Amino acid sequence: MRALPTRGRPPRDRSARGGGGRPPGAPRNVGWLYVAPALAVYAVFLLWPLVRGFWFSLYDWDGLSEGTWAGLSNYAKTLSDPSLRASFGHALVLVVFYAVIPCLIAFVLVAVVSRTRVRGLALFRTVLFLPQVVAMVAVAVAWQWVYSADGPVNGVLRALHRLGLPDWSRGWLGDFSFALPAVGLVGTWVETGLAMTLFLAGVQKIPRELYEAARIDGAGPFREFLAVTLPGLRRELAVALTLTAVAALRNFDLVYVTTKGGPGEATKVPAYEVYNRAFNTGEVGLACAIGVTLAVLVFAVTAGVGRLAEGRGEARP
Amino acid sequence: MLGPFGRVLGAAVAVALAAGCAPGSDDEPAGGKAGAVSTDVAKAGKVTLTVWDQEVQGGQREQIEKLNAGFQAKYPNVRIERVSRSFTDLQKTLRLALSGSDPPDVVQANQGYAAMGQFVKAGMLLKLDGYDRAYRWSARYPKGLLALNSVGGGGRTIGGGDLYGMSLNGEIIGLYYNRDKLARLGLRPPRTWAEFENALGTAKSRGELPIAFGNQEKLPAIQVYGVIQDRLAGKDAVRSLVFGRGGSWTDAPNVQAAQRLADWARRGYLNADANAVKWDDTPVDFAKGRGVFMIGGNWWAADLKAKMGDRAGFMVPPPVREGAPPVTMGGESLPFSITSKSRHPDVAAAYIDYLTSPDAMNVAVATGNLPALKASARPEGALPKDIAAAWEALSAADGITPYLDYATPGLADTFGGPLQALIAGKTTAPKAAAAAQRDYEEFLKKK
Repeated sequence: MRALPTRGRPPRDRSARGGGGRPPGAPRNVGWLYVAPALAVYAVFLLWPLVRGFWFSLYDWDGLSEGTWAGLSNYAKTLSDPSLRASFGHALVLVVFYAVIPCLIAFVLVAVVSRTRVRGLALFRTVLFLPQVVAMVAVAVAWQWVYSADGPVNGVLRALHRLGLPDWSRGWLGDFSFALPAVGLVGTWVETGLAMTLFLAGVQKIPRELYEAARIDGAGPFREFLAVTLPGLRRELAVALTLTAVAALRNFDLVYVTTKGGPGEATKVPAYEVYNRAFNTGEVGLACAIGVTLAVLVFAVTAGVGRLAEGRGEARP
Repeated sequence: MLGPFGRVLGAAVAVALAAGCAPGSDDEPAGGKAGAVSTDVAKAGKVTLTVWDQEVQGGQREQIEKLNAGFQAKYPNVRIERVSRSFTDLQKTLRLALSGSDPPDVVQANQGYAAMGQFVKAGMLLKLDGYDRAYRWSARYPKGLLALNSVGGGGRTIGGGDLYGMSLNGEIIGLYYNRDKLARLGLRPPRTWAEFENALGTAKSRGELPIAFGNQEKLPAIQVYGVIQDRLAGKDAVRSLVFGRGGSWTDAPNVQAAQRLADWARRGYLNADANAVKWDDTPVDFAKGRGVFMIGGNWWAADLKAKMGDRAGFMVPPPVREGAPPVTMGGESLPFSITSKSRHPDVAAAYIDYLTSPDAMNVAVATGNLPALKASARPEGALPKDIAAAWEALSAADGITPYLDYATPGLADTFGGPLQALIAGKTTAPKAAAAAQRDYEEFLKKK
């Protein structure tokens, strides 16, 4: 469309009208006006609590009476207390179950799907994504039953036992060795669908020609996956890893409902300890210190994932 | 990237620093109101009394609903606004509600350091001594029960001091047994601890589960441990340990009690996967016939009576020597307390007086609960009769020991966790006791 000629006047320079004679595209103060509403909400509900939380973390405070200045001792305790240190270790184990394993499974599924036409793909995708839609508490209650002494997992294992295999049935969520992996597998079940949906969307953007070229060059399925699919999915991988790793690190509801951190301290995670210390034992300062430490860890992990998956120094469009 | 974002964050930090105050210090100083006490409710005019309770389970809900209706009928100028939550939910929300500027008038605050002790320390509950004198509660209740709801030294000691709450119902951790199963095994309700442990062995050898025990929550193990400890250490030692007046978790009888629990687990006297079974599922399984005995609170009795009728029996866990005075862990239900910011403390006190009156004890019996004081009405059914008899015997012999988790705010975790490990064979009795002692020492030092 052609611009209508403005009568008698030349079209005015936009930057001149904005005042200040800055080059076009440079930020103007009026921009603040546009972001102000969102920024206000963000500041009130996110930044301010963050700052307050950090402030509380410097005190010994029971949440009720006046707190006393504690300096960084709450952070020292977060890092030195064996039970709290263990909880951060558990969170990292959960990252494997929530992020690494789901992404690997999703890759296999996507690799299969990208090579062949699967009938009923939409249904398949919906079913795999379904756990994402269900509230985590409902997921936890359901899995608690699945793992219970008389639940389906033990039912199958007992049936195998009757066929001559050793008896592997046990109370999974109450077992010191298996409770954490059991909780982790619930995460795998939940997050696989998310990773796969992201990858499926990404794989459709990869030009068919690349696959054809790879096949002409004689690449097998594995080679083709490494050379074409994986690089093409790098951004989706970054998103999937970030979302699932954050879900693993801040996991609270699943642990709260299924194990309450038990047996012993086998499934304690930092987010659960934040709640436990603030509401059960009245150590609000320590709870805040754990929370801040967890936030820093989440930030570091997501930044790391971003660097790793977004490409090593390559410029991307 | 630290541009505008950093500036906003920096400003927020600056504001926080400028405010410069310790958290909790902006609360107005509270404390017992020294004003004159009035027992004349009718004179108070139109009053809405907000009450937060945790009486949500069958019989207890019925009990409190009846009592509330009765109080409002007696004083038409008072309307009770009741907010009820489950025990766990109430414990979490009460902290926030009490630190607000407009807390409820009457709340059920759990005994122990974690709740009542901290609330008193923060000046959030009203000292009831004035009302105690006006209504003569001390004459109504035995000293031991009043002491459980008392806090001393401004929140530093529990189990004695100033009165901060009044309870309606009694609580006992006792020994449930399945009469049919005992008869089939040729056993009788045990009269001594040795007879009880022999019965466990007999039950095991005949393919029965000796004790129904679900311990996913960690607290059940502490209660079973406490029942054993009462026998090995004696009530005085347990009381002074819990109330921080002396003794150590690593004292020989306390370690032996843990060892006994470990032995039970090793010999298969408890559910094989006890740590995976929910506490609330324990009486359900017991009612279905899984378990000859069960160690648990009288709060399960109403459900068990409905499901098992007279097949369920209840007794105080037997003493080491036959005929020795009864002793077990227990106490009283969550006390009703008045908040120090309540605008109607006099009406609130009259309400508490009504809840704990002799008539109210009969309401407790009628609704299937165990009243804190002996009621003139008698319960119906074998199980409620067993429980009432046990409570009366314990009250007469002063045989109640406090819940162990009163000892420190974190004990349910710091000792409950190791007990789970002990039951799973992952730790030893001395190590579990040492874990409790570490937490205990740290807490006593902080106090």
